[in-house]
Amino acid sequence: MYRYDLTDKTLVAERVTEFRDQTRRFLAGELNEEEFRHLRLRNGLYLQRHAPMLRVAIPYGMLTSKQLRVLGHIARRYDRGYGHFTTRQNIQYNWPKLEEVPDILAELAEVEMHAIQTSGNCIRNTTSDHLAGVAPDELEDPRPWCELIRQWSSFHPEFTYLPRKFKIAVTGAAKDRAASLVHDVGVHLVRGADGEPGFEILAGGGLGRTPIIGHVVRDFLPREHLLSYLEAILRVYNLEGRRDNLTKARIKILVRSLGIDEFKRRVEAEWQLIRESSLRIGAADIERMRGFFTAPPYRPLPDIEPAAGKDAAFSAWYRYNTTAHKQRGYRAVFISLKKPDIAPGDATDLQMELLADLADRYSFGEIRVTHTQNLLFADVEQERCFELWQVLQTAGLATPNIGTLTDMICCPGLDFCSLANAGSIEVAKLINERFDDYDYVYDLGELDVKMSGCMNACGHHHVGHIGILGVEKSGQEWYQITIGGAAGADASLGSVIGPSVAKHEVAETIAKLLDVYVEERQPEERFLDTVRRLGVKPFKERVYAATAAA
Amino acid sequence: MPRLLLRDRQIVEDEWLYVLEASAHPSAPLIVSLEQWRNEPDTWLARGSRLGVVLTPAERVEILAPDLHHFALLAAQFPGPADGRGYSQGRLLRERYGFKGELRATGYVRHDQLFFLARCGFNSFELAERDLPNALAALSTFTAAYQPSNDQGLAVKLQHQPQFRH
Repeated sequence: MYRYDLTDKTLVAERVTEFRDQTRRFLAGELNEEEFRHLRLRNGLYLQRHAPMLRVAIPYGMLTSKQLRVLGHIARRYDRGYGHFTTRQNIQYNWPKLEEVPDILAELAEVEMHAIQTSGNCIRNTTSDHLAGVAPDELEDPRPWCELIRQWSSFHPEFTYLPRKFKIAVTGAAKDRAASLVHDVGVHLVRGADGEPGFEILAGGGLGRTPIIGHVVRDFLPREHLLSYLEAILRVYNLEGRRDNLTKARIKILVRSLGIDEFKRRVEAEWQLIRESSLRIGAADIERMRGFFTAPPYRPLPDIEPAAGKDAAFSAWYRYNTTAHKQRGYRAVFISLKKPDIAPGDATDLQMELLADLADRYSFGEIRVTHTQNLLFADVEQERCFELWQVLQTAGLATPNIGTLTDMICCPGLDFCSLANAGSIEVAKLINERFDDYDYVYDLGELDVKMSGCMNACGHHHVGHIGILGVEKSGQEWYQITIGGAAGADASLGSVIGPSVAKHEVAETIAKLLDVYVEERQPEERFLDTVRRLGVKPFKERVYAATAAA
Repeated sequence: MPRLLLRDRQIVEDEWLYVLEASAHPSAPLIVSLEQWRNEPDTWLARGSRLGVVLTPAERVEILAPDLHHFALLAAQFPGPADGRGYSQGRLLRERYGFKGELRATGYVRHDQLFFLARCGFNSFELAERDLPNALAALSTFTAAYQPSNDQGLAVKLQHQPQFRH
């Protein structure tokens, strides 16, 4: 795990001082609302429906137990005892007081954390694979590169006032677990023709109002050029991205209007002029950064079958909430933050503190936040999984549903967010209540349900196998359903099945979609595959025919 | 009353005038728009004073590149707190085209922007009067940086085995 040096510490401390002064000037009337908005957003602070919302950066989802304890402490001391983990591996607090935010930032700085560039039109937190460093399908650990990008993008003097927000995801495995195809830039670690390590670079993906899958801008970039190439992309975007219309200001619109070939040509031309600058990364720099992300001291252990002879509840949890590890004798263990009675992605202060303690005991003191709003212990001995499960179960953190229907991605929705058109948390609850039969849920297999409370798509509904989008119709909350979306290497955008449905009909609509799947599926076929094979039609007919009959 | 500026870390009176301000001062150093420059370069050169050009955010610095030797000052205009194109214009003028004269930020320039502007090569700032007293301190908001850039004296972290530096 990366540790701050003197420069990192200095910068974060100086940012706290700067923001404390900006907050003071705003409260004293020296900065107006509009001026302060641009400054506070670059420190993760929104002024929301009920109270400010503070988004704290968790770079590429990595946390130490010490940091998680402080996140729990902040939830208790400055908020209402909980925090919300997001799809971009950050945490949000929904009830801080504006005048206390500088104090929160100071407490975060003590444990090498901050809220820098977690909102606003700038380069946001770089996200990555939650299984980085432990996944069996990994070519190379992406985290050293994430950290280099974090540093390069933090306080970048040229790119702090971009046309719109800018999100980068980095992955190094065969399976894309970071939704990199729907990011402004996706960075894939690859090997060149002669085995040389480097990157495939994508640009122009994104969700929101205009969902677009990213395009390849460079098949192969030698690794020492990563930062100069990103700088070239950002410079083209900063100068040429639209600034007259916020809904057309993302890089995806620039790429679409120029065409991918012309966009590539401009980036390439810019890059040729800066590629040999001091941004070129030396081999020693790469090795030094890699040194922060070495494997923990694993014990030599055999692979075992921990569920053998154990009860069914543990077996189900082990099957769904743990995953393969590249080290023999170990598993990566998901801590599900999806439970019928809580908002997806929420954790309480006490849960955070408990998980910090458990991470110390079971997973080398590290915790990760996943893109799907769960937490992960990356390095748990197989033989200790049963013991860990028992503790998690007592704490309500062992819902055995990872990758299933009830492991929904969900934005905070109308309950918290000033942008939302409709509630999402209550719908998640209704879906959980409707599908409370685990045998049925398990039989459905892998199923990504993703829900957003508005077209900004924080819940990534476009790339859900089933997507749910909250819309407002004459003051009422309605929900548009899409099917066939996917976020991985085979990313696709879902198709709308028809007119939106009322809140109380969402769960039943999903049930009808699933009935069609159960009837039509072929052996081993996922819901997504069945939709791809049959198209939307049979699903649509079932949902609306039934409605008409009723 | 003359305009006050922060220039090279000092608060000074501005000797430069924009075209609209210059009618009674035929020999004062003059700042013209890019359009004015391109329409009648000879007229401005015939004036015999020092010359500067102010760029709007949408204007490409490449257009000016062949003419840079005529100018002692270049300015980038910041229309509001959101438009960051001037930061790229500044870096390009300094790093790519080697402009050595006064590089000025004008328009919406408050002390919260000064540190990054200076890192992009700006050395002169038209600030609101209320921001002048704090302006010098704002240039030292941070004492370190991650990226190699134009300014001196910072501990720069991502200084990867430099091939060359400006």
